[in-house]
Amino acid sequence: MSPRKTFATSRRVLAQLHHDPRTLVLLFVVPPVLITVLKYVFQNTAVFDHIAPMLLGIFPMVMMFLVTSIATLRERSNGTLERLMTMPIGKVDFILGYALAFSALAFVQALIAAGVMLGVLHVTVLGGTLPTLIGAVLSAFLGTALGLFVSAFAATEFQAVQFMPAFIFPQLLVCGLFVARDQMAKLLQWLADVFPLTYSVDAMKQITSHAGWTGTLMRDFAVVIAYAVAALFLGSLTIRRQEWSAD
Amino acid sequence: MQQIAVETKDLSVVYSSGFKALDSVNLELPSGKITGFIGPSGAGKTTLIRVLVGRQKTTGGTATVLGSPAGSAKLRGRCSYMTQNLSVYPDLTVAENLSYFARMLGLRGGAVRTAVQDVVRLVDLVPQADQVVGSLSGGQKQRVSLAVALLGDAQLLFLDEPTVGLDPVLREQLWKLFRELAGKGKTIIVTGHVMDEANHCDDLVLIRSGKVLAHASPHELCAQTHSRSVEESFIKLVEGQK
Repeated sequence: MSPRKTFATSRRVLAQLHHDPRTLVLLFVVPPVLITVLKYVFQNTAVFDHIAPMLLGIFPMVMMFLVTSIATLRERSNGTLERLMTMPIGKVDFILGYALAFSALAFVQALIAAGVMLGVLHVTVLGGTLPTLIGAVLSAFLGTALGLFVSAFAATEFQAVQFMPAFIFPQLLVCGLFVARDQMAKLLQWLADVFPLTYSVDAMKQITSHAGWTGTLMRDFAVVIAYAVAALFLGSLTIRRQEWSAD
Repeated sequence: MQQIAVETKDLSVVYSSGFKALDSVNLELPSGKITGFIGPSGAGKTTLIRVLVGRQKTTGGTATVLGSPAGSAKLRGRCSYMTQNLSVYPDLTVAENLSYFARMLGLRGGAVRTAVQDVVRLVDLVPQADQVVGSLSGGQKQRVSLAVALLGDAQLLFLDEPTVGLDPVLREQLWKLFRELAGKGKTIIVTGHVMDEANHCDDLVLIRSGKVLAHASPHELCAQTHSRSVEESFIKLVEGQK
């Protein structure tokens, strides 16, 4: 592994996004806009204050999943990965380069979304600003890692987009956003227990209703990190120096 | 005695469908020369190059490149590879692309800048250096891809169809460049399906259906087959096979 090559890869990914203002708008503007829209959907009720922090655990993950899976797929389909794999670069440099670049973006995204939620929409979270930010960044990190992993199973960008309903929506349905998990059928509770998004949402619930760093919050953060690291590891296994593909 | 850059023995690639992409290929390719893998589309040229750069798994035989098994870690950086598709980032500028790949080859700081300036000049893209690759013409994009392969100090260049889609003047310029590089001791392996271009090579490997039909210089090939051109030789060899 070479930190220089990892950082060079991160810089390159960020430079690509710098040339792509539409994606930057998607990343930075859409989450706070959607959260603001929900504020007015649930006006005059207490629902918004309850779900807004949870959305901060969901939106970064979903958006980073989408952007990362397509960006990595492009590396595979346009031949740049083919060329890189014949160069003296480690697979870890490549994967970590992506993870670092998108985590940096996630940090900015989390700052903006949390800033709007806490500062403009005046949502109260007992846990404070720092845990809220960390929760949002970890959610985005998880999305990046899962996006890197699943990109190996898509042959086209069209297929990569199909992973959203197949891979993300089930997690969204059972994560506790719509109905408390203990009120769902047992099978769905088991599914929720193994889905990583559940822990990201759970962490946000903890931050909303508890002051300080609770044991459950720390466990939730640890599980999200563990899933992200496992996805990055599995993602690195899907990048092979030698392949069977007929070119 | 002439040094050997690439050696294959009974090299085979058979896909699970039973299709033989390469069928017992035996070759010894000389150093410091331009060798052309010539054959129709689907002949196995790209598969052979992918085996030699270590990207394609094999089902039999061996491939040795610069004295090491093909795909060895120590060959990365000593060999460069221009793939058939562009293999550059269309949303980065020419200079950004080249700087990134130069860093991946291990170059740092001032060496990156010098290497980028040198190759941009070599492929005649100085005015386009700060343009986004996606906005360039097809031929210019092709030259960016070639420029990446010229970065660093590779001894062996694998160029998969480097002149496809280029205008005749540019093609001649690139062949002149390949000749200069070979003159500096670099070994160049190019693929092509245009027989006219075969005359630019020192050494030809005619490939069809995963098999080597002939391996000789253009002059020797024509003499052996009593032909006036490489294309005529190729046709005679294919008919002889039947």
